[in-house]
Amino acid sequence: MTTLSDLKISEVKLATEEGGKWGMVIDQDICTGCQACVAACAMENNIPFVGEEDSGYGRAMHWIRIERFWEGEYPEVKMTNQQPMMCQQCGSAPCEPVCPAFATVHSQAEALNLQVYNRCVGTRYCANNCPYQVRTFNWRDYERPEPLPNQFNPDVTVRRRGVMEKCTFCIQRIHKANDKAKSEGRDVMDGEFTTACAQACPSNAITFGRIDKEDTLVYNMIHHGHTHGKKHLEELGTLPNITYLNGGGA
Amino acid sequence: MAYGKKETEKKQEHHEHHGHTEEHFKEKHLMLDPLPRGVMNDMVMEAVTEKPSWKWWATVIFMGATVAYCLVYSWYVLIAEGVGVAGVNRPSYWGIFLVNTVFWIGISHAGTFISAILRVFRAEFRRPFTRVAELMTTFGLVQAGFSIFMHMGRVWLAYWLMPYPNQRMLWPNFHSPLSWDLLAITTYLLSSTMYLFLPLIPDLAMARDKTTGWRKNFYRILALGFRGTEGEWTHLRNAMNIFAFAIIPVMFSVHTIVSWDFAAAMRPGWNSTIFGPYFVIGALHSGMGAAVVVLAAVRKFIKNMDYFIRAEHFDAIGKLMLIISMGWAYFFFNDYMVQWYGGDKWTKQLLHFHEAGPLGWMWFLMLIVNIAIPWAILWNPKWRSTPWLVSIVGILINVGMWLERYIIIPISLTINRMPFTWRQYTPGIEIPLGIGTLVLFILLYVIFAKLIPMIPVWEVQEGQMAHQLKKFGRETVVQVSELE
Repeated sequence: MTTLSDLKISEVKLATEEGGKWGMVIDQDICTGCQACVAACAMENNIPFVGEEDSGYGRAMHWIRIERFWEGEYPEVKMTNQQPMMCQQCGSAPCEPVCPAFATVHSQAEALNLQVYNRCVGTRYCANNCPYQVRTFNWRDYERPEPLPNQFNPDVTVRRRGVMEKCTFCIQRIHKANDKAKSEGRDVMDGEFTTACAQACPSNAITFGRIDKEDTLVYNMIHHGHTHGKKHLEELGTLPNITYLNGGGA
Repeated sequence: MAYGKKETEKKQEHHEHHGHTEEHFKEKHLMLDPLPRGVMNDMVMEAVTEKPSWKWWATVIFMGATVAYCLVYSWYVLIAEGVGVAGVNRPSYWGIFLVNTVFWIGISHAGTFISAILRVFRAEFRRPFTRVAELMTTFGLVQAGFSIFMHMGRVWLAYWLMPYPNQRMLWPNFHSPLSWDLLAITTYLLSSTMYLFLPLIPDLAMARDKTTGWRKNFYRILALGFRGTEGEWTHLRNAMNIFAFAIIPVMFSVHTIVSWDFAAAMRPGWNSTIFGPYFVIGALHSGMGAAVVVLAAVRKFIKNMDYFIRAEHFDAIGKLMLIISMGWAYFFFNDYMVQWYGGDKWTKQLLHFHEAGPLGWMWFLMLIVNIAIPWAILWNPKWRSTPWLVSIVGILINVGMWLERYIIIPISLTINRMPFTWRQYTPGIEIPLGIGTLVLFILLYVIFAKLIPMIPVWEVQEGQMAHQLKKFGRETVVQVSELE
């Protein structure tokens, strides 16, 4: 049987071949769509509230959103599973090459897509080129009336108008864990910390952890026990690092 | 209007004659109807130096106020408040600002096309209106530059896109089509401005010799001491020749690179390999349409211009417009057909949205004004020689080409691979800012008509010297001699 390696097309990489460092599994079968992750993400990452008017125009800023879909025509409508959608931390991200200012770059060390707020000039090309449409733009300087400034997360930059932003996999938590592990002279353990969305999820639908080792929870969820794991728009070759479990039965 | 009278007398004179007589040639063709150089100089300078009427002042004040409000004040609001005052939103992150950018770069292409390509191919009819067309390139690019800077979220940091030395060793990302764009547009703006200036030098020198007061100083500085010696002409001709050839690939590359902003992105409807030539021909389509409108306006509103700009010129541009319209239709069909045949489900959704979506009328209107109307009118030599009629066609083509860009940018962005985010785009402050760029474009023409000769007199005279009418028996024949 001919396999891909026989073809000797060294440039071709399948999503499964690309080694990410951090990964996530989202089990859509147990997601209730409660939006706790959305709220937790906004708190953790200092995401502004855009107010009624902009929100009505669809500018509500969230790094994670719960997509609802349904099948059939009214009145024979059947809800399908909720679909939490955020930056997929692509291994080969379409947002990266198009930025003229290097504001969105790949972190080789963390295998994540970084967004450098300070460097962003707001051409919004990255958002256009993101097939997952998960980037949000600071259309204005949004007001934070008292006492909202009291709950700022000091580890996360506050963004100003004209800047693009997106899910970072809570990189501040990754760095904190990294620093701690380094000071103790060890590697970061799986499950040592988690992202805000995974932490807040009441049904444990979101699991975050390392995928570069075989004995981790996320790795095992992707490779063992579940045959229905999918990556979104994998056919585009973006090599996303989030796996969705959907339709695994009752 | 002493010269105009002469014209009408001539016309009456040879109503009795029939066939291709000498008089007939002279009435029709500027090149065969020579006037002494001094007379032509006076005619052009009279148009420039004539004291502006109250109508001119009223126009300038009205347009200036519009620019102040629509461009300056609105832009201030945009910068102070953030791009939120515009209608751009997910998924249409790009809106009318980029529509206008592509539109104005398109308009600017006519200048180079007329003045460089027609010059290189020695199309004699180009002679009187190369200047008007070159101005269109520069003025259009100014509007394109404004539009693209309006688009940026943090325009005050726009210099970060330039490769300049800095302590942190940060460079722009040359992988990004936007970086290519910046370089291409800057190159085009600089080279087209120089190319506008070179053929202007002899006319500025002429103006210097015919004026007094502040104008004399103004022209003296700009004319760079040009005296018209044989050596100076040789240098000038060489420079113009180099520029004419060099600017043609620049022109093609600019709009191709603009198209790559879209074609290089992985979006349904954008990821098309034919976008390069499709955009270039689209640019020429709108550019020629705009050129004919400007030409008709120059002829109507500026003194003595009806001698220089005649029905034959509208006829010639009309023919070009017809051919370009056919070319545009060919590329449109190619782009559409292959995308549709590909059968990708998102592209299918998008193409359906183009025609049957809430803005489907734009798609049909685009096809009517870009193809049906030009084909229906421009085939007829009489109709395409009528300035007002061909101007209306030109305006309609520009409406159509603007709609084409609107369909490609915000409407195509509405449909993506994440149906949850589908949302229609409603423009906000883009509208006054767009009006501002249009008015500024016209205002620049109105002001420059009073500053520089709108007709390259030396070029017209050169053409007239090269053309001769010869009689062979009873037949009159046009002879054109090689000049250079």
